[in-house]
Amino acid sequence: MAGSTLASPSVEAPPRAPASPGRETWRRFRRHRLALASVAVLAVLVMGVLVGGLVWPVAIDDIDFAAQLQGPSWDHPFGTDDLGQDLLARMISGGRISLAVGFVAMAVASVIGIVVGALAGMSRRLLDPALMWLTDLFLSLPQLPLLLLVIYLFRDTLKAVFGVQGGVFVMIVAVIGGLRWMPVARLVRAQFLTLREKEFVEAARSQGATTGHLVRRHILPNALGPVIVAASIEVSAAIIAESTLSFLGLGFPPDIPTWGRLLFDAKDHLDVAPHWALFPGAAIFLTVLSINFIGDGLRDALDPRRVL
Amino acid sequence: MADPVLSVRDLTASFRTEGRWREVLHGVSFDVGPRETVALVGESGSGKSVSAMAILRLLPRDSCRVGGSVRFDGRELLSASDAEMRRVRGDSVAMIFQEPMTSLNPVLTIGFQIAEALIQHRGLSRSAAEAEALRLLDKVRIPAARTRLHEYPHRFSGGMRQRVMIAMALACRPKLLIADEPTTALDVTIQAQILDLIKSLQDDEGMSVLFITHDMGVVAEIADRTVVVYRGRAVEAGPTARIFDAPAEPYTRALLAAVPRLGAMAGRSRPLRFPVVDRDTGAEGAMPETPDTVRAAERPVLEVRDLTTRFDIRSGLFGRVTGRIHAVERVSFSVAAGETLALVGESGCGKSTTGRSILRLIEPLSGSVLLDGEDVMALDPKALRVRRQRMQMIFQDPFASLDPRMSVGAAVAEPLLINRLATRREARQRAEDLLAKVGLSPETANRFPHEFSGGQRQRICIARALALKPRLIVADEAVSALDVSVKAQVVNLMLDLQADMGLAYLMISHDMAVVERMSHRVAVMYLGEIVEIGPRAAVFGDPQHPYTRKLLAAVPVPDPARRRDRHGLADDEIRSPIRAPDHVAPERHYREVSPGHVVQLWGADWAGPAARDVAA
Repeated sequence: MAGSTLASPSVEAPPRAPASPGRETWRRFRRHRLALASVAVLAVLVMGVLVGGLVWPVAIDDIDFAAQLQGPSWDHPFGTDDLGQDLLARMISGGRISLAVGFVAMAVASVIGIVVGALAGMSRRLLDPALMWLTDLFLSLPQLPLLLLVIYLFRDTLKAVFGVQGGVFVMIVAVIGGLRWMPVARLVRAQFLTLREKEFVEAARSQGATTGHLVRRHILPNALGPVIVAASIEVSAAIIAESTLSFLGLGFPPDIPTWGRLLFDAKDHLDVAPHWALFPGAAIFLTVLSINFIGDGLRDALDPRRVL
Repeated sequence: MADPVLSVRDLTASFRTEGRWREVLHGVSFDVGPRETVALVGESGSGKSVSAMAILRLLPRDSCRVGGSVRFDGRELLSASDAEMRRVRGDSVAMIFQEPMTSLNPVLTIGFQIAEALIQHRGLSRSAAEAEALRLLDKVRIPAARTRLHEYPHRFSGGMRQRVMIAMALACRPKLLIADEPTTALDVTIQAQILDLIKSLQDDEGMSVLFITHDMGVVAEIADRTVVVYRGRAVEAGPTARIFDAPAEPYTRALLAAVPRLGAMAGRSRPLRFPVVDRDTGAEGAMPETPDTVRAAERPVLEVRDLTTRFDIRSGLFGRVTGRIHAVERVSFSVAAGETLALVGESGCGKSTTGRSILRLIEPLSGSVLLDGEDVMALDPKALRVRRQRMQMIFQDPFASLDPRMSVGAAVAEPLLINRLATRREARQRAEDLLAKVGLSPETANRFPHEFSGGQRQRICIARALALKPRLIVADEAVSALDVSVKAQVVNLMLDLQADMGLAYLMISHDMAVVERMSHRVAVMYLGEIVEIGPRAAVFGDPQHPYTRKLLAAVPVPDPARRRDRHGLADDEIRSPIRAPDHVAPERHYREVSPGHVVQLWGADWAGPAARDVAA
């Protein structure tokens, strides 16, 4: 019997107008309602932190003891903290750093993960076990002591090169990215190991394709589906990891109100001022959720086998 | 006829896809009498498997509706309660499936799995069930059943697993056995054994059998009556002999015309196209002779000498070599331009490895491969990539060999782009031309592989292989996975292309009937060695080596009148090519029977059961 795996209409089905690949992907992406809504949500969040400061020009360190721990009102839409500082303004300002850390750390982790995974997956000799030992080594490293060590060793050097905020940013991104690439690497390696034995890869090889061509055109695109999903989870993990670091006093200075920092500060006043934790929490939640949905939508849209 | 065991009337089934109900079975009716074997035969997608699933109510209820009537033993099954159905399945109706590899639980022993069914359905105690399991394994002729009872499924070969599945099916002494393509995944010699086994068990146990298959040869071999299914309808039903002798419906005629018959080529020296019969009218199209394409005078396109490929089996901490698979052992042959050499043998005999070693997709251990006189083995990676343009490969599974993310046009154009032989625009144009050449419209270039049927996908793979204007095509089981009628079309296409372009084919196949139809010369491989090679007519007409004879005897003949008597095939398995690391391959001697027909001299190990088979 003909070996087909997915139930799908065959070519006898009514023909549809051929479209260019980019347009076709967009058409398929649009069919994923949640992903489309998530793009809108994420766009609002990103635009909010980028240009929100122009719309809501309130200073983030404007202390007003008359308005301590107030709930949302017209004066302070997101309420105030224990020093009477406006939370909306603080979230706009800190959100830039939180989102930037999330995305850049995700990019760093994914790139390292894909490179290591691809190298391990394509090598047939010693490189694969060596890289996997390295991955296991990184997985077994106790992260917090390592962080402390890295920060102790490099904080001053980086500050000297990139300035206070920049130095901390580079360090945090490097630390988060450098300690979270292992799941992606393992995923990519596993995908590569199965894909490189597939007949279509062998077919391309028999036509004279170089290893580079095989990886770029055939193996990597087919391996990307799970990687996209894993990477979208990395963004959320990075935002949360940044807040952990802030919590420990290892991240940005306490006066920079990243979302994680806001949550940390809010924890002592949860009973009287729940809004203080709810708004940054909701922002992190919405970011993570929408990125995950966008990841799902991208995976489906980029896979032509799925009938959409 | 006595009251039928199973009586199916106007069976319909619809599936819900994207919110709409689509009917896939439009009223199928047939009976299965006591002790009778009825074959449901049709091509993939015809609805034969759906019928079987509908009879046992195994289709998912929320996405599938079944109508009509199924009476088993006088009871209506379609309206029976779920509890009743559970008793019917397994107790009085048993089913065996196509994939013996996946139907057994890998973490439980064989004996445990059979005993499980006995305890559940027949209420035996654990010890009684184990004794019964042993008896059943003996019954399905598993050698050394007592020791094998405690082994796990991975220790069993495909044929042996199918025997275990049959033993499980027999556990509850069913009245009806539904066998869904039980031999499709097996080698011919093993298939013949299993068919034999089913036949003799049927006599012993007095079961009825509903046999679902696409293979007309198997039908002729086993069925008393045949029901031909086409597009969800039973188009023709009747005694098997009548269906084969005087098919009434055009579709049946078309199907039978496309069935390759072993022995149909006696007295011909050239390959022969399949006749084309119109499915709706039954009119037979003209069948042009194939021209003589072999250029015997020229230097052969491919000369292979003493090719040897072995795989190390490593184990332990330091990866010590504990054994070697001698996949290809000192294989020599040549293929002339315009010639088809078929490499036949059963799974694991090394024929695919030979094909891949020639293209150096697998690095051979030693030997030489000359392509147009140039040694492929001596090429550096860059030169090899260039040289591969002249030898291309077509794979067994056309779906797996096309990148699912690449449009068909891009896939066909890719070889040109990889080798920088054309600009993007030119390559696109060439791709459309090539698609037209293999009988697909150029507009299909924008579609993706999953949108095509199996036969169309194989045409796309052929178009891709042709893109570089190769001299040699290695076709690895290129038509084995296709339906009979599609198979016939693809074979015809390959023959036409050979005539047009003077292609040489190295055709790797286990399908003896197609090989007989398509090839000029045949090489028979066994355990990595060529045991017999020669012109097709000589090898098929006058087989010398016991293995060749065994292979030919096992091919099912699509002619019920020539149904073989119970031939008592031995229950031996294909032997393993794994050897100890210090194994030295024995020196082989060959004898020339007639010009070009060479056979390996066989030793005492062939004097055993195999030789008896041949004598029988």
